[in-house]
Amino acid sequence: MSQTYRLNNSGQINRDKKISFKFNGKKYFGYEGDTLASALLANGIHLVGRSFKYHRPRGFFGAGVDEPYAIVQMVRNNETEPNVRATEQELFEGLEAKSVNCWPSVNFDIGAINNFFNKFLPAGFYYKTFMWPKSFWYRIYEPFIRKAAGFGVASTKYDSERYEHKYEYCDLLIAGSGPAGLSGAYAAAKNGARVILAEEKPRFGGSLLTSEVNIGNQSGKDWAEKIIAELKEMPNVTVKNRSQVFGYYDHNMLVMSEKVSDHLPKTKKFSPKQRLWYIRAKEVLISSGSIERPIVFGNNDTPGVVLASAAKEYLKVYGVLVGKKPLVFTNNDSAYETAIEFKKNGIDPIILDSRNAPKSEIIEEAKNLGIEIKFSYVVVAANGYKKVKSAQIAHISSDKRNLGKIEKINCDCICVSGFWTPTIHLSSQSGNKTKFDEKIDAFVPGKSKQNETTVGSASGIFNLEETISTSFEKGYQLSKKITNNDNKVSVPQVSEKKFTNHDKFWCVPLPDKKNFKRFLDFQNDVTVSDIELALREGYRSIEHVKRYTTLGMATDQGKTSNLNGLQLVSDVENKVVPSVGHTTFRPPYTPVSIGAIVGREIGKHSKPTRKSPMHSWHEKNNAVFVDAGMWLRPRYYKKGNEGLFEASKREAENVRKNVGVCDVTTLGKIDIKGPDAAEFLNRVYTNAWLKLPVGKARYGVMLREDGIVMDDGTTTRISENHYHMTTTTAQAANVLSHLEYYLQLVWPDLNVNVVSTTEQWAGAAIAGPKSRSLLQKLFPNKDLSNEGLPFMGYTEGDLFGVPARIFRISFSGELAYELNVQSDFGNFMWEKIIEVGNEFEIQPYGTEALSTLRIEMGHVAGSELDGRTIPYDNGLDGLISKKKDFIGKRSLNREAFIAQSRQKVVGVVPLDKKTSIPEGSHLVKDASAKLPNPKLGHISASCWSVEYNNPFSLAIVKDGKNMIGKKLYALSPLKNKSIPVEIVSSHYVDPKGERVRS
Amino acid sequence: MLYIECPYCGLRSQNEFAYGGDGTVKRPTLNKEVSDKEWDNFVYNRKSPRGKHVELWHHISGCRQWIKVQRDTVTHEIFKTVSADKEI
Ligand SMILES: [Zn+2]
Repeated sequence: MSQTYRLNNSGQINRDKKISFKFNGKKYFGYEGDTLASALLANGIHLVGRSFKYHRPRGFFGAGVDEPYAIVQMVRNNETEPNVRATEQELFEGLEAKSVNCWPSVNFDIGAINNFFNKFLPAGFYYKTFMWPKSFWYRIYEPFIRKAAGFGVASTKYDSERYEHKYEYCDLLIAGSGPAGLSGAYAAAKNGARVILAEEKPRFGGSLLTSEVNIGNQSGKDWAEKIIAELKEMPNVTVKNRSQVFGYYDHNMLVMSEKVSDHLPKTKKFSPKQRLWYIRAKEVLISSGSIERPIVFGNNDTPGVVLASAAKEYLKVYGVLVGKKPLVFTNNDSAYETAIEFKKNGIDPIILDSRNAPKSEIIEEAKNLGIEIKFSYVVVAANGYKKVKSAQIAHISSDKRNLGKIEKINCDCICVSGFWTPTIHLSSQSGNKTKFDEKIDAFVPGKSKQNETTVGSASGIFNLEETISTSFEKGYQLSKKITNNDNKVSVPQVSEKKFTNHDKFWCVPLPDKKNFKRFLDFQNDVTVSDIELALREGYRSIEHVKRYTTLGMATDQGKTSNLNGLQLVSDVENKVVPSVGHTTFRPPYTPVSIGAIVGREIGKHSKPTRKSPMHSWHEKNNAVFVDAGMWLRPRYYKKGNEGLFEASKREAENVRKNVGVCDVTTLGKIDIKGPDAAEFLNRVYTNAWLKLPVGKARYGVMLREDGIVMDDGTTTRISENHYHMTTTTAQAANVLSHLEYYLQLVWPDLNVNVVSTTEQWAGAAIAGPKSRSLLQKLFPNKDLSNEGLPFMGYTEGDLFGVPARIFRISFSGELAYELNVQSDFGNFMWEKIIEVGNEFEIQPYGTEALSTLRIEMGHVAGSELDGRTIPYDNGLDGLISKKKDFIGKRSLNREAFIAQSRQKVVGVVPLDKKTSIPEGSHLVKDASAKLPNPKLGHISASCWSVEYNNPFSLAIVKDGKNMIGKKLYALSPLKNKSIPVEIVSSHYVDPKGERVRS
Repeated sequence: MLYIECPYCGLRSQNEFAYGGDGTVKRPTLNKEVSDKEWDNFVYNRKSPRGKHVELWHHISGCRQWIKVQRDTVTHEIFKTVSADKEI
């Protein structure tokens, strides 16, 4: 099909470049510079989708971000994307799009039956219709709604596109490149300010692209082009098109989404699809313009009913006719420009003006051009189902209550204008309380809350001369405030046609005995009668009316509907609009893709990955890794066909029998120095620290002020005023912040410094009965006997030329040591241990074996120190000093903490000695008791005891100390298990701790 | 996102900081007899004032200093920031 609605020589498109695209499977042509909407209209396509609720045919209403109808499902480079506005999507070669919200096709839509059953879909239908009977919900209502509702289908594929975030700082951010934005940007840039000028559309210039004005002896469009060209050359200016400033946040932080590649068939290499800019601006100039609002009349959603400004944009920017027999229906002068533009292109429009004989320059011009104008006339209803075929029009009385005789007039489109609504989203988001401007029946920004200034039609100024002069002045003043420069550029001469007042008229009354649907919200299908019903039902607050009727809740957020909705509420309620108020403007101004919000923080980039220096050795030796916070740790080293269970069992057995080595680099390490370090540790830990000698380590528990255990670990006195603290992997960062808090805020008199050294040391735990013999071979010149380096001893050694720290500490309950070397030598250390350890049958072990070893020894760890337990619960009450005060001590006197039946860690063994108990299982007295079955405690950690070759678990149980020997049940509804168990001591293996001291 | 003036580093975005709660709370001194009520007030009870409020922020991705910030809890306006050893 040829482009029968394309004009031959008007528009700003590139006719030399023809572009082919597909819509609903059919091939069409357009030109470079088209949007999908303009190209479809050029081909005479007006039917693009179906409405949300009634599935009525929907076409195009606007030409940009305010578009409520023309939402399509896009296919670009084999990726599908829902919720794309055809009016914003630029055409590219090979573009494919299809209609949404219609099934089986846009021409024959089964859902349209809703249109005839609309009694079932009144205001609040979400809350009413589908409530009864309950059993219908899952089987009938929900599947029906799922199939029928929604604007497209999200892709289930991984999004292979790249999205970026960018942080930027500037003196002045300008949102919108219309006459106001260009003037402000130019004046500020010339005065030395660092300026970012953002334009949501591909073309700069805003209203200047379509208006017949003259600035500085050139057309508005030429002036805009000249200013932009000059700004682009300036080093202090960043000019961005396809960039929407959509959110105004605290402290002048604004967020802008830049569509870098959406207009291209394929994203270029090294380029993102979209970029999200976080801009901290010293000042913001909001020049976001205004959006035309419609007049409400019968069947005003019929395809072919468009905003007059959109019809003008299609003509002047794209050279496209929205119709060949246009009717222009207006209450103001601006729509005359549309009519004149039709006339200039050889099309005869008819103007219906609700006003009674208004007089102005532009009306005079229209008359002189021979355009037929009917004053005091309105469109009562559009005729036609899938496209406007004619209109029912009538004379209207001056009080706008009575209609004359209905006449029928043939037309193929109705261009409607009900005056202009300033786009105040950004200023409102900044916290600016809006005020109602009677002159334009719309809200305008009030007093600035943050460093923001609104100019141009966004502030309610619809006169170009005033817009340009005030914007130049604002740009100059704001830049002067920031830069202290005083370079003022002259304001160009402006000539424009003067407009007369508009008519405060927004809704055509229904003729007698007619019940046309009159739509307020086109995307969500909210009609005048829906709002009236909601008000009859008692909804008063505009926020409630919005949510009950869904007025303004669709993806266009009611850009064309909100104000008419307010007018209606105020009419029915007999209130003035400002006392009804408006709903809150929340970011984003327009939909932003999830990809842009996520940016590069996706997949493996969603968090940093921390690897120990021995990581590649683990990889080479078939380690299976597990996430431990941000760290990757070997969970087990796979041999042959082994799974987790077999491998970890083998590794743990080898530790008990021979010797094993475990990478413990991830443990938090904090270097503590200063003359008051001992005193500080004495306050941080629950046990005594003042008398720890140099060369000794001690186990310590630290609490939060509320008495809950925060962390545990060993701290070693390296020298007189120097300590090495270890924390658990998970709590490392919190413990450092905790220590800094007390040193900086609570006890600044203590002379102590703390610094994290987690990354600086590589650590290896060597555990097992043969560990001393191995260590002796690693350090042949050191006395490592039980007397030379006793349990909890510390010394330093020379590991084949590398300085090493040697700690005799044990987490596994075996004779064990921990070696630390500078991270750079971590791999060297590890390979030496393995190499020398071979004769002792050494095997590396992972976190799973590590857990097994600590669980059967009854050593508590993260699953017991879970942020809910106190030292007593963990059997750590022996570490509570009675002689000194420490962080959290006072809380331990709380009634619940000293209760006799307090929970405590115990051991749990299944009676059959076979069934493993799932972690998280509840312990109960009676497995068959009625639910909710009273819970006595829970399984915190489970393992396969390698010492006894049967399952063993730790549990935290109420009155734990008196439960030993009791028989209970472990219930896991999740795994559908009920396991008879016996409570035993948590110290299942070597309860006296003889091995570690051997 | 707030813009917080660290007394050591200058103006930095909120995402470099961790919130540290009420900056007016004073820990009872060590080894002092403290009533249950006094202790509860220190550990648990916090006001949620509307308007000016002194709070703690920790510049964890910067200089790692704890600082005091006077902020309006309604408007988020920040009036003053000082180092930990000073009072607002
Ligand atoms: Zn700092």
